[in-house]
Amino acid sequence: MNINATLIGQIITFAIFVAFCMKFVWPHLIGAMVEREKKIADGLDAANRATRDLELAQQKAGEHLRESKEKAAEIIELANKRANQIIDEAKDAAREEGSRLQAAAQAEIEQDVNRAKEGLRQQVAALAVAGASKILAKSVDEAVHSELLDQLANEL
Amino acid sequence: MATDATSYIQHHLTNLTYGELPAGYERVEADGSIVELTEATWTLAHSGQEAADMGFWAFHVDSLGWSAGLALLLMFIFGRAAKNASTETPSGLQSFVELLLEFINNTVKEAFHGSSKLVAPLALTIFAWVFMMNAMDLIPVDVLPTIFGAFGVHFMKVVPSTDVNITLGMSITVFALMIFYSIKIKGITGFIGELTLHPFNSKNMFIQALFIPVNFFLESVALLAKPISLALRLFGNMYAGEMIFILIALMFSGGIALALLGGVLQWAWAVFHILVITLQAFIFMMLTIVYLSMAHEDH
Repeated sequence: MNINATLIGQIITFAIFVAFCMKFVWPHLIGAMVEREKKIADGLDAANRATRDLELAQQKAGEHLRESKEKAAEIIELANKRANQIIDEAKDAAREEGSRLQAAAQAEIEQDVNRAKEGLRQQVAALAVAGASKILAKSVDEAVHSELLDQLANEL
Repeated sequence: MATDATSYIQHHLTNLTYGELPAGYERVEADGSIVELTEATWTLAHSGQEAADMGFWAFHVDSLGWSAGLALLLMFIFGRAAKNASTETPSGLQSFVELLLEFINNTVKEAFHGSSKLVAPLALTIFAWVFMMNAMDLIPVDVLPTIFGAFGVHFMKVVPSTDVNITLGMSITVFALMIFYSIKIKGITGFIGELTLHPFNSKNMFIQALFIPVNFFLESVALLAKPISLALRLFGNMYAGEMIFILIALMFSGGIALALLGGVLQWAWAVFHILVITLQAFIFMMLTIVYLSMAHEDH
């Protein structure tokens, strides 16, 4: 229980110990701890940002997908419309061609009929003359009557 | 038995003291003969009386040795943790020291309302060191003295904080820091004002002049009480704890039944003492922080 120079020894030791902690221990360890805290905070921040970026990218991708689907649908619609148009055009053309062909055929037929009628008319005239000449034989002057018959034939 | 017990206790409470005995000093040797010193001699004291006669310029080799040894051990541990400090995942030692630092940093932040690079490392030093010095109490009282006794060292008090010199040394350092920061923050006039203008003051100059001596007396007592109470609180607690360990240890010489009871009591007291040593270390640290915080406050 004596107060003696141990006191001074202890003060010196204490001062050295505190100085050591102040210089070499505290700043290093606290620095490391603060830096680690910052690192962790940064890491969490980055993770958050990445999540947000991912969300954005997904949203964008979805938008792109929807847009392209719309475009595709538009194109298909357009193609369908065009196809229908082509079919209609083709139908019209075919119909036109058909009617044209029909008209041509009819005209030809008419021509043929006319031609046949002409031939028949002539043959009828000749036949009639031949018949008449056969029936009338000698009583009929061929020259006088042929004129009359020609006239008849023309009226046919 | 009674003298045995007394000498046993006294033996345990005597420090290994190194100091100067004056010329003409009469030393009582172990066999009872008296040797008169022809000249002043630096030597180890052979008894408590000799240690007391050495006066102020004597050293308690055991207290100083253990406290410095524990300081070196702690510096080594802290230094290694600081040297290998990495910002990556901390290793075992580093995370342990960081845990301690975190705890002390939070305590300092809560209690200390100034900015100082010194207070937190100071608190760390005090807490760790006082804890370690107190923890020496948990080593059974006779182990180290017996070992040292075998090497011819007669006295060995292993718990530095049961030496009032050690606790006073620390509290005086804290006191010096309090004065230093008081003057640094408030200026010399501010510090003197703090000592003389409280707690009584008056608008009247004449009455104020009368109050100054009273205030100075009260404030000085309050100021000086701080380091003394700081030192004596720790010393008293640890001294009493040590004393109880020694008293229980006396039972070991009283037959098998008493020895067994003594063993149980030692164990129980040691378990309770774990609380005391931690609490005392924390109180010493906390009061230091609070005192220094008060020194930093400007009124």
